[in-house]
Amino acid sequence: MPEQIATKENVTVAVVGGGTAGLALASELMRLKVGKVVVLEREAEAGGVPRHCGHYPFGLREYARLMKGPDYAKRNREAAAALGVDIRTGTTVTKLHPGGELGLSASAGTTTLSADRVVLCTGVRESSRAERFIGGDRPDGIVSTGALQSMVYLEGIRPFRQPIILGSELVSFSAIQTCQHLGIRPVAMIEEMDRLIARRPLGLYLLVKSMPLYTGITNPRIIGRERVEAMNFIDRTGQAKRIAADGVIVSGRFRPESALMRDGHLEVDPGTGGPVIDQFGRCSDPAYFAAGNLLRPAETSGFCRQEGIETARRVAHDLERGSTVDQGVVRIRTADPALRFVVPQRIDLSGATGGMTHLYLGLNGPVRGTMAATAGAETLWKGRLNTQPVRRTRIPLDGIVRAAPAQDVVVGRRA
Amino acid sequence: MESFDVAIIGAGVVGCAVARRLTLDGARVVIVEKALDVLDGASKGNSAILHTGFDAPPGSLEHKCIAAGYKEYHEIAGRLGLPILRSGALVLAWDLEQLANLPDLVDKAHRNGVADVRMLSVEEIQSREPYLAEGVCGGFEVPGESLIDPWTTAHAYVLQAILNGAELWRGTEVLDGRLTAGAWTLETGKGELRAKRVINCAGLYGDLIDQRLLGRADFSITPRKGQFVVFDKAASDLVSAILLPVPTKTTKGIVICRTIFGNVLVGPTAEDQPSRVDASTARETLMALHDRGKKILPALADCEVTATYAGLRPASQFQDYQITMHEEGTYVSVGAIRSTGLSAALGIASHVADLIGTRDFADDPIAEPLIPEPNRLSAYHARDWQVSGYSSIVCHCELVTDREIEAALSGPMPPATLDGLKRRTRVTMGRCQGFHCTAELARITAGRLRRPIVCGDA
Ligand SMILES: Cc1cc2nc3c(=O)[nH]c(=O)nc-3n(C[C@H](O)[C@H](O)[C@H](O)COP(=O)(O)OP(=O)(O)OC[C@H]3O[C@@H](n4cnc5c(N)ncnc54)[C@H](O)[C@@H]3O)c2cc1C
Ligand SMILES: Cc1cc2nc3c(=O)[nH]c(=O)nc-3n(C[C@H](O)[C@H](O)[C@H](O)COP(=O)(O)OP(=O)(O)OC[C@H]3O[C@@H](n4cnc5c(N)ncnc54)[C@H](O)[C@@H]3O)c2cc1C
Repeated sequence: MPEQIATKENVTVAVVGGGTAGLALASELMRLKVGKVVVLEREAEAGGVPRHCGHYPFGLREYARLMKGPDYAKRNREAAAALGVDIRTGTTVTKLHPGGELGLSASAGTTTLSADRVVLCTGVRESSRAERFIGGDRPDGIVSTGALQSMVYLEGIRPFRQPIILGSELVSFSAIQTCQHLGIRPVAMIEEMDRLIARRPLGLYLLVKSMPLYTGITNPRIIGRERVEAMNFIDRTGQAKRIAADGVIVSGRFRPESALMRDGHLEVDPGTGGPVIDQFGRCSDPAYFAAGNLLRPAETSGFCRQEGIETARRVAHDLERGSTVDQGVVRIRTADPALRFVVPQRIDLSGATGGMTHLYLGLNGPVRGTMAATAGAETLWKGRLNTQPVRRTRIPLDGIVRAAPAQDVVVGRRA
Repeated sequence: MESFDVAIIGAGVVGCAVARRLTLDGARVVIVEKALDVLDGASKGNSAILHTGFDAPPGSLEHKCIAAGYKEYHEIAGRLGLPILRSGALVLAWDLEQLANLPDLVDKAHRNGVADVRMLSVEEIQSREPYLAEGVCGGFEVPGESLIDPWTTAHAYVLQAILNGAELWRGTEVLDGRLTAGAWTLETGKGELRAKRVINCAGLYGDLIDQRLLGRADFSITPRKGQFVVFDKAASDLVSAILLPVPTKTTKGIVICRTIFGNVLVGPTAEDQPSRVDASTARETLMALHDRGKKILPALADCEVTATYAGLRPASQFQDYQITMHEEGTYVSVGAIRSTGLSAALGIASHVADLIGTRDFADDPIAEPLIPEPNRLSAYHARDWQVSGYSSIVCHCELVTDREIEAALSGPMPPATLDGLKRRTRVTMGRCQGFHCTAELARITAGRLRRPIVCGDA
């Protein structure tokens, strides 16, 4: 038998994940004419999470129209296809190798693909019951909002009739909307934090719907042998409560879909759960970039789309000029229990321009007061913040970069 | 009324192994299982360690069965396509008192015939397990302790029995039974059956079955719950061997080990309870296990938790297995297979076969038994997604293809519940716990599971 020499495919940019960020990024790269761009998407159709969200609001910022998720996803997909992006669906990236080589699996078998730059856009998912240490039985009927949306909108399936919703983030309200689509009536919303996480007007919505909201609950337990029968918890007054329900929607607490990075060589930030990047979106291996919700849990689709476009420009620039990363990198850290993470986690001080203009902060608790970014004794930025967890919270980054600090930058509240 | 040589009550790992042995020995076998699927009792959740028997009480029946089971597992694993991950185990001492106990434990292992057990220096331990926390004082290795797939193993046993002529009656409870004219009549939820012999492999209900059929039980079951925390696959880089603490009189203690599916597991607890069904978890216990894991392997702090679960051991007032013959050899009670039944199942099956003999079986031993082809789910061996020709990957976290799911659903022992499908394919067992694939699974399995994934009509 003649020896087979596998011909390895080479592309300019491979985008892992054809969701909002990936499609926007690939489209922009086509506009910038960088070369061959492929999007690798494991689902049967590109579009990402919005494809599964048959509800509003999407598209307001980018298309100036209020759209439902699937329409929005379709529009993104068609725009990319029209620009000539090579979208390969049913293609799962199974391994990231140093230098931009990817292991793939598809119906035709396993292959490798080599790219000058890889951009990771694998998005987020909600954290599971296990990740939250929700005790109790393990019956059928416990789903995330994401799974519920796919069942209801894509498959027309009603998984239960009277579920209880765990969590009170914006997405928890999407869960209510999704339920209504098939006449499912959630019986209550419960939240372990001591107040509603979504913005307050949504609390009024619950009042209008006369759906009970319990915040500050402790020790939630799922009860049920085969199917969910009830949820037990201790309410904020210390009283044991039992709410009958035939399902549990475990919503929110997004976390980056970063298994590929954890399994590989790229540095992962324990704070975000996503890759460590610099202000250009570049990962610890300069052949890799990342954009979209993978960077931090979690932003709106419009935000991720914009981020995709901006990252495309940075990638194009990087391809053109060659990587600048060796020029010296300084870390940005937090030293404040109120802060969960910062993005980016590193800054490249080569003097290259066009990077992110803001530092994105993730919070553990409410922050009210003066926040500062310091490098040693030097204060690089100082300002007042009044914000809550799960709210978009950013501070200017350009000044910090311009100061070219010689040591790690530490972000925290000022006494 | 149908009649059999042998009726086996219960399709846990023990019942499955006994069914295989006796079928291959020539018996016409029926396995009667009250749950909708096999492996719904004690065998549902365990640590999945194939024990050498190094720490079993020397001279016990338990030790005999583990040693024989371990040996036979290695003999048949290749043929049945059952993966083994020979990780070895390290028994670690964290203080001087524990350190002082090690020589006795090594000596016991040697008396148990596990000759390759040997003491290690602290440096050797640290170089093998570089992520281990500081403070280990000493330890020894048990090179033969291994990790296996607890479900596929038992599926392979029962599938081989079925392929070679055994019947499996699922969703069928044994309600009562009587011995008349030298044979048993069992009353089940699906009518009566006749069998020359009855083997009680009812696990957590073993004592109740003895009560029902014999009118007495020589042991009583007190279920002992074990809770677990499972970490995501990235954690598997942090540990190589099965890490065992120095056992105390009451418990083997909390284990940290990989699983053959590529995760890392911390557990089990040991909590006696009256309930035979309550396998619920408790948040404070799970968090304590999580802390325990981080104490031994500090880098686990940055690893995601994939799953939490609990299993129930069929423990009794006795330390040893209770395998006894009754009614002139027509009835064997296989009781109190507490915490080593996965390892010992094949040995238990041989022991039962020896006890009852093969004189009155319908056929001669099967010379060339048919061999089942169970799915191979090990992360350390080739998986289905690596082979071309599937049409889509349905479960992205565990990389389960539509082809694997279809094979399970249309196979010789199709799952009856989502749990059963999980055990056969690993769908939804990964980090997202169904975020991505539950909807597609609901569609694929519609009308094909006895207990559907969704209760609604829609
Ligand atoms: C349940 C839910 C409801 C939401 N509701 C709203 C809303 O109402 N309005 C709004 O503005 N935003 C909403 N969002 C947020 C919005 O969906 C995200 O901001 C947006 O989709 C992020 O885009 P992304 O490209 O980062 O990730 P995604 O859109 O999630 O795309 C990631 C893509 O990567 C693919 N992928 C992952 N791993 C691999 C791999 N290994 N190989 C190949 N492909 C891979 C995935 O299949 C997916 O298509 C919601 C999010 C969720 C989870
Ligand atoms: C936490 C934990 C960790 C463990 N770790 C390990 C390990 O690492 N290695 C190892 O070797 N072992 C381990 N074990 C032990 C092992 O899991 C058990 O010994 C084994 O599963 C016992 O199997 P069984 O078949 O005897 O019982 P079961 O699995 O309980 O099977 C009995 C079956 O009988 C059925 N049944 C009951 N009553 C009736 C009736 N009236 N009619 C019909 N059917 C009936 C039940 O539904 C059940 O399916 C562990 C166990 C636990 C709980």
